[in-house]
Amino acid sequence: MPAELELTTSYYLVLSALMFAIGAAGLLIRRNPLVMFMCVELMLNAVNISFVAFGADLNDVGGQLAVFFVLVVAAVEVVVGLAIVVAINRRRRDATADDVALLRG
Amino acid sequence: MFAQASLPVVRPEIVWEGLAPLMILGAGALLIVMFRSVVKQLPVAATGQAIPAVGAMTVVGMWAAHGLAGTEVAFAATRSDVGDGAYYVGLAVAMGLGAVSARSLRIGLDAALASAVGLVALAATFGLWNGRFGASGAFGALGDQYGIDGFALVITGVIAASVVLVSFLLDDYLRREGIDGVEMYVLMLFSAAGGVVMAGANDLIVLFLGLETLSIAVYVMAAMHSRRSESQEAGLKYFVLGAFASAFLLYGIALVYGATGSTNLIEIRFFLDAIVLIDNGLLMVGFAMLLVGLGFKVAAAPFHAWTPDVYQGAPTPVVAFMASVVKAAGFAAIVRVFMVTFGDYAADWQPAVYGLALLTLVVGSFMAIVQRDAKRMLAYSSISHAGFILVGVQAASPEGVNAVAFYAVAYTFLVIGSFGVLSLVSGQGDRSTSLDDLDGLSTRRPALAFALTIFLLAQAGVPLTSGFVAKFEVIGAAVEARSYWLALAAMVTAVVSAFLYLRIILSIYLGQAADDAPAIHVPRTAGVAIAIAVAVTIVFGVLPGELDSITREAIPQLVAAG
Repeated sequence: MPAELELTTSYYLVLSALMFAIGAAGLLIRRNPLVMFMCVELMLNAVNISFVAFGADLNDVGGQLAVFFVLVVAAVEVVVGLAIVVAINRRRRDATADDVALLRG
Repeated sequence: MFAQASLPVVRPEIVWEGLAPLMILGAGALLIVMFRSVVKQLPVAATGQAIPAVGAMTVVGMWAAHGLAGTEVAFAATRSDVGDGAYYVGLAVAMGLGAVSARSLRIGLDAALASAVGLVALAATFGLWNGRFGASGAFGALGDQYGIDGFALVITGVIAASVVLVSFLLDDYLRREGIDGVEMYVLMLFSAAGGVVMAGANDLIVLFLGLETLSIAVYVMAAMHSRRSESQEAGLKYFVLGAFASAFLLYGIALVYGATGSTNLIEIRFFLDAIVLIDNGLLMVGFAMLLVGLGFKVAAAPFHAWTPDVYQGAPTPVVAFMASVVKAAGFAAIVRVFMVTFGDYAADWQPAVYGLALLTLVVGSFMAIVQRDAKRMLAYSSISHAGFILVGVQAASPEGVNAVAFYAVAYTFLVIGSFGVLSLVSGQGDRSTSLDDLDGLSTRRPALAFALTIFLLAQAGVPLTSGFVAKFEVIGAAVEARSYWLALAAMVTAVVSAFLYLRIILSIYLGQAADDAPAIHVPRTAGVAIAIAVAVTIVFGVLPGELDSITREAIPQLVAAG
């Protein structure tokens, strides 16, 4: 019987899964490239929560270490993504992902 | 004060020679970008000498890299074998040959430097293969994080060779399109370094870092043609879907970490060998996520949607790089993670790979038929090739690994050659890529038409080409693993794709070229790259034993340092 609410690892994992799902859904639904990048960030940070939660649960420092790598990679990804968006916006103002549709099969 | 903090730090054991190919690619990229940021334009007087000098230095570099990466001290063994006089004469002759061939290629300086780095890395890979790996087998090169085994070396060699060929293709392309600067080559070298990391990663986090190094550089390369909207669109699409896939891969890593308590493949394997998980739901979801993430990278259906758009929009030599290096590295990761680390759980992931392979084969071959654009067509055909390699993965056996390695090598040269020809045919701005633009290629450029025919026949799996042997080995592995229906599906879809390749060949030989068709300029560098690809395709098709004896030794292993 859960007399008092105890924060177990599974709460964090559920939060992480929810965040990941929100990010993934946002990426597929939203059309603004900037919002799409934010969704990717949300997904990566959801994974970070999982890493830290597992690390605390396993009493292993590896999970927290992984977060640093993920943060760096996320930063690099955003830099490259923004550069591409800037390059596109130089040619076409206010481009959304739907406007960028020359390539179709 | 600080005495308490001085915990014993375990230094990883580093085998430098094992890291040689990786460091050559990375350091080469850094040196080239440093050199070109200092020297914007060479003085006119130096231009003529620079290229032969690069050629001569490449020979020395290859010699040194082969020696250093091997077990013997560089130069010493050869020197004692042949005597001092013969040794120096031989070296001088080889340097002279390198200089002359570099000059007669009429290659640009940036491409010469990039291909030199690729050649040196290739020589280092051979040195490793004949040296420490040949003598004592697989070893851990950087603690438990990065290992050298036969499979990693084969993929490393494939990546280094692709770097050389693609820089040959890029050389004239960049000049034709007026894209200045050395960035493309530098990004390509970094990307290749990331691929080499993936091929030997013994830790899921290292694998992820390698994958990101590989991918992020390629996102930029795809968007590099700043005057073509299609190129930028391809870059954006590749970026968004690539980042999406990376997030899935990462989530898979986190779940596997949660289930097994480590991200290290050696420890995971040890854990899975020792302990039977009663509730393995976490691990299964982790498998699925990893498969989704890697499936995106190798363009397996249903995660293939980005491929046709990106292949059509990106600069054609970049597509050659994407289709060869990214795919080879992606499959290296799949083999390492699934076939080796999760080998005990093969019964759990095999059905998923079975489904992926089947769907990929069907989508790749049937969707290719309805395309009107040659680049899109080859994009779908590359999807169907990914399906074939997945058939080898699905076998989950040593034969399967052998087939995957063989297919990866054969396919790399095929695809670089095919896109190399398309890059020349499509002309300025990559405009003429529709199927009609290939009409009558045999009368306009017989040699190019012949080369493209060889590549297409090989992709269709016609005997006496490397593609036939590759398909044969993959299907053989599937039959041995008793996946009869999958083997049958592979054969049927091979026939369906053959229809597509024959259609292109028909239009090459029987079609009438439009009167206003632009002349096709064939620069020497690209010609040499295509000729090498044709030669490899035919040699490995006629004498498959040579490559087979190499790929049979290409066994992926997880070996800790020490």
